Amino acid sequence: MAHTILKVENLHKSYGKIEVIKGINFEVKKGETKVIIGPSGTGKSTLLRCINQLDSIDKGQIWLEDIEITKAHANINQIRASIGFVFQSFNLFTHLTALENVRIGPLRVKEMKEEEATKIAIEELKRVGLEDKKDHYPAQLSGGQQQRVSIARALSMNPKLILFDEPTSALDPELIGEVLEVMSNLAKEGVTMIVVSHEMGFAHSVANDIIFMDGGIILEEGPPKQIFKNPKHERTAKFLSKITQLEGEKAK
Amino acid sequence: MPSLLMGAFISIELALAFLGLGLLVGIPLAVGEVYGNKLVRNLVVLPIVEFFRSIPALVLLFLFYFGASYLKLNFSPFIAALLAMGLRSAAYQSQIFRGAIESIDVGQMLAARSIGMSKLKAIRYIIFPQALRISIPSWSNEYATVLKDTSLVYALGITELMRQGRYIVARTFGNAILVYVICALIYFLIVHLGVKMLNFLEEKYRLPGYEYKKN
Repeated sequence: MAHTILKVENLHKSYGKIEVIKGINFEVKKGETKVIIGPSGTGKSTLLRCINQLDSIDKGQIWLEDIEITKAHANINQIRASIGFVFQSFNLFTHLTALENVRIGPLRVKEMKEEEATKIAIEELKRVGLEDKKDHYPAQLSGGQQQRVSIARALSMNPKLILFDEPTSALDPELIGEVLEVMSNLAKEGVTMIVVSHEMGFAHSVANDIIFMDGGIILEEGPPKQIFKNPKHERTAKFLSKITQLEGEKAK
Repeated sequence: MPSLLMGAFISIELALAFLGLGLLVGIPLAVGEVYGNKLVRNLVVLPIVEFFRSIPALVLLFLFYFGASYLKLNFSPFIAALLAMGLRSAAYQSQIFRGAIESIDVGQMLAARSIGMSKLKAIRYIIFPQALRISIPSWSNEYATVLKDTSLVYALGITELMRQGRYIVARTFGNAILVYVICALIYFLIVHLGVKMLNFLEEKYRLPGYEYKKN
């Protein structure tokens, strides 16, 4: 059995008086892909931000392997360096080329030599199929290409885990495929990932496990077959039928 | 004429010194205002900025020159002028940089932190290079203002362009219009050339993909 990369225990998070996350527990094993689905406003993105501490948590514990990252004196920068994050809006550094975007982590955070960092960056750009765009600036790339560069930027740090926060929601429909393909390949290569997404096709074919969140808690969790065919909760079934209906309409 | 050129040379030197000090102090002020905690912002940054922006330049000059001698500090006119005009420029420049920093999408900072950069590294490698580019147009305004305001330090007896002009007018009894027109032309030329240079920098560092067509 693969060892546990991430463990979240009894996580709570409020914004002001509104409790967004109300006690969440789950684990991610090495090489696993977990897809988190659920209606908007249920705290999916907040959960991801809490995991790499872009948002502070109110209660609970998070372990990355055997380090408790929620401890007060944990080295936050070091922890973030080993957790990749892919944003919905890409957030590529606008003043840097694709290559420089991918290289800056190894160069400035890991403080590698430029030559070594460049080599890594080129490798990662190859991995997302964009080596030929290495000298392009973000504004010269399509949304799909930008998102692939940002995946390469996350990979360049050789993270233990990558968090994807609705990575295709800001993309035109015809650009979604190339990003999902890159992510599927990463899953096959054994990269550990947590993906918040509304792409049911991707969830169905790539996820080891699907987490359905609603109202700040995990309502149910299980392999795609179980969730799609035999959801335990009525709310899961309702959500899924709504989404598949929408996708059906899109297909028309 | 040679004495006017000498004066112009001094004016340029003064402007560079004022702008340099302004840059050196203005950047930390801007960073402190945006990223500092309440204490830094309210007790350090804002009082400095408000003080130097709210008092006329000539009054600042006299305050620093005569105020220093009152405190037995004996600043030379140059040092007094440098502190008064340099810190004044710092106050204005800090607001230029603050505006630029705040106009940068917050996602840039988030992304930098997400790969493990400290706040300081993120500011240095991600925020600042972008903020500087955005600042150039407003900074060229500040350059023009500071250069022209060097004419005020003649009040402290520094022989810059304006004072050289006064000397000539006094020596030759008359010719006032001619001399001041020449002074004006010299100021105009210096400012114009500097602005041209800054425009050139702006174009040079413009990010690909952000060009716009000029008709």
